[in-house]
Amino acid sequence: MKPRDFDLPDADVAWCPGCGNLSILRSLKATLAELEIQPENLVFVSGIGQAGKLPHYIKGNVFNGLHGRSLSPATAIKAANPELTVIDVSGDGCMYGEGGNHFMHTIRRNLDITNLVHNNMVYGLTKGQASPTSQRDFNTPLQVDGVFLEPFNPLAVAIALDASFVARAFSGDRKQSIEIFKAAIKHKGYALVDIFQPCVSFNKVNTRDWFREHTYYLEDDHDSHDRNLAFQRATETGEYPLGIFYQNSDKSTFEENLTVYQDEKTPLYQRKLDKDKLRALVESKR
Amino acid sequence: MSVFLKEEDISIVLCGEAGQGIQTVEAVLAQAVKQTGYHIFSTKEYMSRVRGGENSTQIRISSDRVASYVDRIDILLALSYGAIDHLKDRISPKTVIIGDPEHIKSARESENNLPTLNTNFIEIPLMETAEDIGGLIYANVIAAGALSCLLDIPKEIFDGLISDMFARKGPEILQNDLKAGEAGYTLGKGLMESEENQVKLSLEAHSTVRDELLLSGTDAAGMGCLAGGCKFMSSYPMTPSTPLQAFLAGNAHDFELVYEQAEDEIAAINMALGASYAGARSMVATSGSGFALMEEGVGLAGMTETPVVIYLGQRPGPAVGLPTRTSQEDLNLALYSGTGEFPRIIFAPGKLEDAFTLSQRAFNLADKYQIPVFILSDQYFADCYYNIPSLPLEEVENEDYLIKTTPNYRRYLITQDGVTPRGIPGYGDGLVILDSDEHDEEGHITENLEIRTQMVDKRLKKMEHIRKDALTPELVGSEDYENLVLGWGSTYWPIREALENIRKKGLNPDSGETSFLHLKQVYPLHSSVTNYLEKAEDVIILENNAHGQMANIIQLETGLEIQEKYLKYNGMPFSVEEVEKRLLQFMGIEDSGPGGHGKTSGEVL
Repeated sequence: MKPRDFDLPDADVAWCPGCGNLSILRSLKATLAELEIQPENLVFVSGIGQAGKLPHYIKGNVFNGLHGRSLSPATAIKAANPELTVIDVSGDGCMYGEGGNHFMHTIRRNLDITNLVHNNMVYGLTKGQASPTSQRDFNTPLQVDGVFLEPFNPLAVAIALDASFVARAFSGDRKQSIEIFKAAIKHKGYALVDIFQPCVSFNKVNTRDWFREHTYYLEDDHDSHDRNLAFQRATETGEYPLGIFYQNSDKSTFEENLTVYQDEKTPLYQRKLDKDKLRALVESKR
Repeated sequence: MSVFLKEEDISIVLCGEAGQGIQTVEAVLAQAVKQTGYHIFSTKEYMSRVRGGENSTQIRISSDRVASYVDRIDILLALSYGAIDHLKDRISPKTVIIGDPEHIKSARESENNLPTLNTNFIEIPLMETAEDIGGLIYANVIAAGALSCLLDIPKEIFDGLISDMFARKGPEILQNDLKAGEAGYTLGKGLMESEENQVKLSLEAHSTVRDELLLSGTDAAGMGCLAGGCKFMSSYPMTPSTPLQAFLAGNAHDFELVYEQAEDEIAAINMALGASYAGARSMVATSGSGFALMEEGVGLAGMTETPVVIYLGQRPGPAVGLPTRTSQEDLNLALYSGTGEFPRIIFAPGKLEDAFTLSQRAFNLADKYQIPVFILSDQYFADCYYNIPSLPLEEVENEDYLIKTTPNYRRYLITQDGVTPRGIPGYGDGLVILDSDEHDEEGHITENLEIRTQMVDKRLKKMEHIRKDALTPELVGSEDYENLVLGWGSTYWPIREALENIRKKGLNPDSGETSFLHLKQVYPLHSSVTNYLEKAEDVIILENNAHGQMANIIQLETGLEIQEKYLKYNGMPFSVEEVEKRLLQFMGIEDSGPGGHGKTSGEVL
């Protein structure tokens, strides 16, 4: 397959020129083409925000739901039909702010889904307020004294919860992003990829150059199965590591634990009411 | 003192603290009574606590069918110090109070504390006997045994039920419980034979009752959900919807469904919508504030035209309100939940058969019209049990509304009736695109205002057909009536029994029949409701809320105002006696009969 197999010719892209989302979209199409995933078997789930619009610009099934809630439908779609490839596309506000509770509990469930979080450290759709990942002293029309809250550290939180795959990418490096996306989608279990991404309109601090200057890749010999080490690397600030921080392939997935799939793998929609069982249940109340 | 209860309908109330096993007694007795061939109805009222407080369960045992709560207490089994005080407003001079000497001592010594002089105290050494067997925890089974003996329940039926219930707790506990039952039977026998305190009950057993179903409102609704093909439920525990969640989770293996306890109600409904999008018939169960959290998700169902069934167990609000009590306060919440305008259906079962068929129907209509469908229950209905001959299993038919998609599939293709054939991801060659934003036919986000108008019209157009599918209300009584009593949901049986009592007493006036109209579909209303109302000279509505929410909806839908309302909102269900009293007043009849000795809601509040 080719990346263009995922093009939507009529897509009316609403992102600004130079937006990091554009690079992420290109990288994602290339990833899916390399993995030979058929758009018909692919479901993009998103919430609200600039990142949440991505599914409208790529070929696949789409559940573009509510702000912050994308992981809940993503969970259920995978649970109802494990044959589908489910990719949740969200932003830092949607996932770590409005959806924080679902973020934590989806990690605990460990479904075989991929969670891409576009992290530009600012609210884009609502035009420039602080996001949970905005850095200290970031001034906005709402944070008039600058941000003085501790920035949310998604990687550290995910590793603390023993998420089965935790990585960080930078939208400006498409080659490496594709490698990380591929590993995340291929990983069996919940995979978080936090993606550093510049917002050209509302974040004049964390620009493309800033990200280039303040990031580096984890060493080739980084042991991604060492959870303590991964946690330590996730807490590094100033210079931010990129790459796969942590993986735990020993965990069973949510859908593997569901009794309905123990003997039969067919999706739920193919299963019909067994009237004999219903009759037996009713009769048992006599 | 001799007490001969020859009535064909006996109300037994067991009262004790949370944690004393009152519900165990209820479960054993209800089943034992039915297996003996008596008709049974049970209902419980309880506090929102795991230990202490005072909880009570009413068990009505009758030669005829019974299905509603009465204030009357014929036998009170007091299992705690506070039991008598807790129920003092319902104790009459005729009530027989049975309990441990210790528990009934204070009431006995200061009989004037009871609103009515009552001297029918019967002491049985529950605590001492329990201690002998192995601890106070056995007092509940001893009490159940004593009552079973008085009710002439064959001992082997009783022992069989005790074994079913306690076998899982290990042989030692089971043996002790069987011993406790035995001791209870001995105490009961003593009461039947005692010269001083003779208690004898006479009820007529029917062999046909033994083979009937004994179900709770929750069971019937749960079976209806399974019958409707429910394959996915995500919910967050909250009284009084938790039992339905437990019912579906408990049957998940046999019926190949997924139950997931979500981290909150917001996740719950968003999960249900995700599963529904993937083709699984899905539902949530919640109540009050939990449902308030789901409201945004109801709007998502409306916008994306995703089927979902919402079981809403009502309890008094606002906010946390009275967590374990009953109400019909969330009709407006269900009707107006979610932003914007979109169609929906609301059912409110009042009897077990309806709970089953409406729940099954809810899944089919949710799929047919791609809308949220509500099943409005409440604590009273969800927790009550009674026996019925059968459920209409032969009528269960599930229509499959899913289609296999083709490459150019458009999820929101505008059709004549507003319903687009629904595809799901992974079934067919098309793509299924859904958006909470306004969208075009394909499902992609749009701000084209012309499309916006077309999409609103498309969604609302479905309402025409939904109205045509509306269920007719049930008319109980003559078609040729002058007065009409209106009820919805769980008030069905209390109203019906009250009217039957009035009729039995021969109090019906010669002219001017009074009939009862029960609404099981509360939105949208069937067109016949207008005719029924216009035909009546006087109409009264009974509701467990303070606003008369149903009356207001009726006015909105039919333009007809209901003048008389009997509203109760203290957290308890309507009792037959208070309904009877109020209906006699409505019918212009002087209440000469015994009526209810319980307080009316107005006095309680």
